[in-house]
Amino acid sequence: MPSPRIRIAGGRLIDPHNRIDDELDLYIADGRIAAVGAAPDGFTSDIELDATGLWVVPGLVDLCARLREPGEEFKATIDSECRAAAAAGITTLCCPPDTNPVIDTPAVIEMIHHRAQQVGGARVVGLGALTQNLDGEHLSEMFALKQAGCVGVSNALNPLASTLIQRRAFEYAATFDLTVFLHADDAALSANGCMHEGHVSTRLGLPGIPESAETVAVARDLALIQQTGVRAHFGRLTTQRAVRMVARAQFDGAPVTADVAVPNLYLTELDVIDFGADYHFIPPLRTQEDRDGLREGLRGGTLAAICSDHQPHEPDAKRAPYPATEPGASGLDSLLPLTLKLVTENHMLLHDAIARVTSGPASILNLPCGELGRGRAADVCILDPDATWRLDKNSMNSLGKNTPFLDWEMRGQVRYTLRDGNIIYSRD
Amino acid sequence: MSSTDLQIRDDGRLRHFLSTEGLSYGLLNEILDTAESFAGVAEQSVKKVPLLRGKTIVNLFFEASTRTRTTFELAAKRLSADVLNINVNASATIKGETLLDTLRNLEAMHVDMFVVRHSDSGTAHFFARHAQPHVSVINAGDGRHAHPTQAMLDMFTIRREKGADFGRLRVAIVGDIAHSRVARSQIHALNLLNTGEVRIIAPRTLIPAHVESLGVRTFHSLREGLRDVDVVIMLRLQNERMQGALLPSEHEYYQLYGLTEEKLSMARPDVTVMHPGPINRGVEMDSQVADGSRSVILRQVTYGIAVRMAVMSMAMQQNPAQESNA
Repeated sequence: MPSPRIRIAGGRLIDPHNRIDDELDLYIADGRIAAVGAAPDGFTSDIELDATGLWVVPGLVDLCARLREPGEEFKATIDSECRAAAAAGITTLCCPPDTNPVIDTPAVIEMIHHRAQQVGGARVVGLGALTQNLDGEHLSEMFALKQAGCVGVSNALNPLASTLIQRRAFEYAATFDLTVFLHADDAALSANGCMHEGHVSTRLGLPGIPESAETVAVARDLALIQQTGVRAHFGRLTTQRAVRMVARAQFDGAPVTADVAVPNLYLTELDVIDFGADYHFIPPLRTQEDRDGLREGLRGGTLAAICSDHQPHEPDAKRAPYPATEPGASGLDSLLPLTLKLVTENHMLLHDAIARVTSGPASILNLPCGELGRGRAADVCILDPDATWRLDKNSMNSLGKNTPFLDWEMRGQVRYTLRDGNIIYSRD
Repeated sequence: MSSTDLQIRDDGRLRHFLSTEGLSYGLLNEILDTAESFAGVAEQSVKKVPLLRGKTIVNLFFEASTRTRTTFELAAKRLSADVLNINVNASATIKGETLLDTLRNLEAMHVDMFVVRHSDSGTAHFFARHAQPHVSVINAGDGRHAHPTQAMLDMFTIRREKGADFGRLRVAIVGDIAHSRVARSQIHALNLLNTGEVRIIAPRTLIPAHVESLGVRTFHSLREGLRDVDVVIMLRLQNERMQGALLPSEHEYYQLYGLTEEKLSMARPDVTVMHPGPINRGVEMDSQVADGSRSVILRQVTYGIAVRMAVMSMAMQQNPAQESNA
């Protein structure tokens, strides 16, 4: 089916990458942005979308979302999560390689791409495994993975066996201009930990993950990034100190970027105080100072992206004593409203906040999306900025209903989502 | 729901006993007073009261224990309850039955109370959160989090030895605070009872992060920490702690933190020496101290039964003091 010619009329167009914030119409043809403002010569639309009173922004790009397929389809599927993403205004999802089987061969990433295309929701891109089966010892066929469409490489949450293997992996990835996506964690320091090591872990007797598990890893990784010249990205930083270390490295010209996950921008170790399994995260929720430091890093641009760190679970995964529960929260549904909340709470400017979920992550993935420039893929999110709604099991579209933001009032609701010029979600 | 809300009924009485943290001065004293009334039961020729006749109590132990399980069992039997001991080794739960399944299955057999021990912190809270309204949960030790009945029997022991005014006491806890659920419960209980000063004494590897937020003063030297204390509580040092990098050797630990008569001379002359057992003689303390006149270690075991009877009867709303008032 050829994509329709669409005019989005009367909305407030906000495109941080192109420095546009104005009441402008958007014209879409052949799946691409045909024009902004004035209609191209002879443009006739098949579909008119009335965006009066609404915001028209680039489709969101989420750097870290687990779709659970292949391998854990009882938690969620590519089908369910790509539709949920579309309903949340997200048009590009990046999934880490820790599926089962692991994304360490072209066949797995091709299967994921194929399934996602069949669904027709959000676009899915994937990270290839840095080592075979994420074993931390044997390099994967990174060139083949890149040829198959992997947008970067990562060892997910799994450690590398040694700094020597890490050095070799960085060198090999750099050979093919692949970005390495890092989980900053010193496995020995974080071993058995299930929350931030601090006064709450002491009170609850829960094994802690010290701040140094992250800062030691960042220091080590930065040294190897600087030596090998590999382009690297720190996913889901949690500590103020790590953000400052990355800021310093960026100032020194290191090819390094970083992001933060939504929960760490709002929640802290204190939320764990009643053994609430919905607050179990790896990497963990940290202190209030860390939360503030992350917000500051986001404002200043050290953290160029906000990700959902989407981890949908079946109910049983959270029904156990805290240490035995699986970490992570279902985050697609709340990514946009909780990003906008940073603006209403005066932590960020609107344009910066939108950039952190559009052009920021797109640039980290080196993908031509996250903006509404002429000729770009027509990935668009049209939202009602004033609509409020409650996050609960009924309003969530993800198959995973595990969220620490249950019953929070959300402001900002998606009305339409377009990907490659096709309407993939409509609230009407 | 906070843990305090979880363990207290709307009328302020005990529903579950999960942690000493968040309880009131009044409630802790009620536990001690009730235990006092039960302490005599053991000395009668018929060692039973009919308070929990017809009630079924399950000791659900996911972690090996002899002493604690036995005293809970004796306490339940002296209250005339029916007792079922279930020792679940970890492998049975790994087979697929979740903890929630275990709880639901036992509830279906009309159990009235669970006494739970598990290696994961928060397990007793988990049971309490999911238990049916008429079911009570007693925490017999969860991970490193809490062991409230042990702490209360220690408070009972201190009250018997030193009187009810904890405000004039200095109490030192010595050893592996970081991994000890007993220490955490003791610290909360001592502070709730307005103890004059609570000290902990250990090398830095055995002290958890931000421990001062629990309301303790930290010492790294046993001699300094023992100066003028009224009560010293020694913690058991688990053998596995010696295998990691927490401590170099038993020998050096004993040299620095082992309780000897000589080091004990820093304390007040009438100091009381306690230990939750079992003792590693020659590691945590010298036999001379363990068996000496200031040691009350065996009395602690005896009091354990009375304290557990008190907590069980209170949680089942069968307080003898209340009945006589009625």
